[in-house]
Amino acid sequence: MNVIILLILASLAVALIFLAGFIWAVRSGQYEDTLTPALRVLTEESKISESKTKPK
Amino acid sequence: MSSQSTATLEPPATLAEARCFHCGEPCPDDSLALGEKLFCCLGCQTVFSLLQENGLERFYELNAAPGIRIRAASAAIKWAFLDDPAVQEKLFDFADKTQARVTLHLPAIHCVACVWLLENLFKLHPGVGRSVVNFSRREAAIAFAPDKIKFSELAALLASIGYEPQFTFGETDQAKPVLWRQKSWLQIGLAGFAFGNIMIMSLPFYLGLDSFNGPWFKAFAGWLALALALPVVTYSAADFWRAAWASVRQRMLTMEVPIVLGLTAIYGSSIFDVFWQRGPGYCDSLCGLIFFLLCGRLFQKKTYDRLTFDRDYKGFFPLSVVRKNSGGEESVAISRLQTGDHLILRNGELVPADAKLISGDACMDYSFVTGESEPVKCAPGERLYAGGRQVGGAIEIETVKPVAQSYLAALWNNEAFHKPGNYELDSLTNRYSKRFTKLVIGVALAAAVFWFFHDAAKALKAFTSVLIVACPCALALAAPLTHGTAQRLLARLNIFLKNALVIERMAEVDTIVLDKTGTLTTADAGGVCFQKAVSGKRKAETELSSDEAKWISSLARLSTHPNSVRIAKALGAAALPARGFKEIPGGGIEGEVAGHKILLGSRAWVESQIESGKRKAESGNQPEPPLVGANVWVAMDGVLHGAFVLENTLRPEVEKLIAQLGGRFDLALLSGDNEREAARFKKIFGVTAVLRFNQSPADKLNFIRELQARGRKVMMVGDGLNDAGALKQAEVGVAVVEKIGVFSPASDVILDAAQVPKLAQVLDFSRRAARVVRAGFVISAFYNIAGVSIAAAGLLAPIVCAILMPASSVSVVVFACVVTLWMAHRVGLRAEPQNSSEPFAEK
Repeated sequence: MNVIILLILASLAVALIFLAGFIWAVRSGQYEDTLTPALRVLTEESKISESKTKPK
Repeated sequence: MSSQSTATLEPPATLAEARCFHCGEPCPDDSLALGEKLFCCLGCQTVFSLLQENGLERFYELNAAPGIRIRAASAAIKWAFLDDPAVQEKLFDFADKTQARVTLHLPAIHCVACVWLLENLFKLHPGVGRSVVNFSRREAAIAFAPDKIKFSELAALLASIGYEPQFTFGETDQAKPVLWRQKSWLQIGLAGFAFGNIMIMSLPFYLGLDSFNGPWFKAFAGWLALALALPVVTYSAADFWRAAWASVRQRMLTMEVPIVLGLTAIYGSSIFDVFWQRGPGYCDSLCGLIFFLLCGRLFQKKTYDRLTFDRDYKGFFPLSVVRKNSGGEESVAISRLQTGDHLILRNGELVPADAKLISGDACMDYSFVTGESEPVKCAPGERLYAGGRQVGGAIEIETVKPVAQSYLAALWNNEAFHKPGNYELDSLTNRYSKRFTKLVIGVALAAAVFWFFHDAAKALKAFTSVLIVACPCALALAAPLTHGTAQRLLARLNIFLKNALVIERMAEVDTIVLDKTGTLTTADAGGVCFQKAVSGKRKAETELSSDEAKWISSLARLSTHPNSVRIAKALGAAALPARGFKEIPGGGIEGEVAGHKILLGSRAWVESQIESGKRKAESGNQPEPPLVGANVWVAMDGVLHGAFVLENTLRPEVEKLIAQLGGRFDLALLSGDNEREAARFKKIFGVTAVLRFNQSPADKLNFIRELQARGRKVMMVGDGLNDAGALKQAEVGVAVVEKIGVFSPASDVILDAAQVPKLAQVLDFSRRAARVVRAGFVISAFYNIAGVSIAAAGLLAPIVCAILMPASSVSVVVFACVVTLWMAHRVGLRAEPQNSSEPFAEK
């Protein structure tokens, strides 16, 4: 039954990776502004339309 | 201005639709056009061309007419103070020789297109780097190269495309607020992480699967759980420890004391259990408890990025003023002003410190400072008080007092502004928790004593079990959840509470003091009546002919001045083409409609315009305005025609509101204005209410204090700086604003002026919310009685704890949210679709 310890440690390691990801996300300011990114998405296609209009 | 057609009367239907391609406001004529695109003014056309040249036409695809009309071209000198290294040091987030980053407040941001344009700012100038917009705060963080574009030039660039940065005096004096939110997210994340993982490891024990794992597994899982819970107890719960310690030192039993007592008992007995291999401990319940408490706290601490509740007079002032020196004019930061400086004030600018008028036609609008509704004319040499707003042309003044000792600032030296509001300690929850803590400790001791004599081994367990189960998670959640829900609901109605506890104080209010000017009355929606000039030829009549009304309306609608807007509205829609439209700040507007040259503006300006044209002998025949309110004079074809009288009227439904409130609260009216409207308000308020006029800011403050000395709980509703002292002194200060996000004095509630009639419902709602909190206490008490009786019997197993604790928390959370929403529905508070923070809303 020693394998259960291995399994627990493995699952904990995976969970810790997610925790690290969460801490990084908070530190990099992703929780500071939750509204503007949603607006930015709507204007994102500008790159495509720009490359389309440039040859003209 | 080139005129393309000479016909005086064009079909109005086509031109009625003529709207500026840039800002969407009506165009006076079709003289400004690029292709098929019409523009209302040269400013809009310039911005359009600038954006087009730089490949930013997409701005117009993202939203229809998203631009902001440039009201007045700002002089470059306005921004010169930004190149002062001392100012820069305070404003910049980061700076070195090649790069600087600054976060600017741009109140004009209102839609998706704004975000896009500002984030593409680098296309307009090579010196500008990356810019990131925060829509909800109306802020843009902009990186730029100071050697390529000066900070003042960056500000001017933003102003030139319509996003004039706003700096306030207070802002530069204090450090940027600490980002407490990041920390609370980390605390919650950590607690949630530990909660979930410990729960998974505890499941085998709860399901009885530990029998085949042997004791070593029990020990392993126990120690692992203790290790995972350690950062939760020390880091996530750090604020509870700190608050509990502070309250113990002040000999107060706040909510945090029983929480910390519970935490200590749970973690301590878990260590004990694991060490002696008695069981897996209660770490899962512990982490779950902290996780729920933190969630409740975050929910309660809703803040509004765009609003500031603690502004003092400094926030009302601009960051800089124009000072006259030997060589000419320079821009200087207000904090560096000295007595004896000569300043130049232009139309709409504020007097920053008490001063003496040197030259120019000063017309001071003190409405925000004193509540006096009409501007005052001042002669050279006369004293001007800080906070007055110049209406009209430029004036020169000499400061006679430092900013911090001026009329406005003096109010802030009052003690009301220095004592911190200790309301939090007196909240419902804390009053309840005092009794609760004593009771729990009493029960725990009684159980321990009982077991000591019957079964000594069980005594300690019974003692800790009681503390564990009685940990007031559900109790601590009832108030935050109810208040938080109520706060969010009110915010959707444009009623913003400074913090969630305000609703509790609102429920206890028994006396309401109202300000008159700007709170009960408004200058925006009042009646407009016309008085014709009485001359020898014309007979006195009070009606305009329908043609005349159309002409005046067609001209008035082109101006954005509030008086013009009101006149245009009162006269009805008309959109005849107007030529040669000109707006003279502080004077009036002029233009030619249907062949008639029309002047609309202040009496002095209109008269001077007529006289410079052709002298008329009629000047002695002006009508004497019998009514109060601003007068707008009209001249047609060089003949004085009459005047519009704009009344200061009651906001709609105010009479109904007063009637609703009158039955349940004691009412009082305080006004800085004179007594001319006393009779009118006497009728509305009834005989029992106190009505006082000619009140100075200090009088208002003292009035509130007197009421409080008599044991009254006072709510003050006001709008101007003259109410600031009273707002601060009252239990609940409600600041009424015409537009959300503009300056409002320090207060507990910021109320959209349109919502003033809802005040009775809001107060009703707050009383019901307080009842919901009490009901939440009853529910949690029920759980506690059940849990404590099990614990006192010495029968508490970890599984009981693991079920009981989350169950009580969740049921209180659900109860608080659902019932609060239902209460709001019953009171009749329903959110309307209009919401100023909506990014797709029209301007």
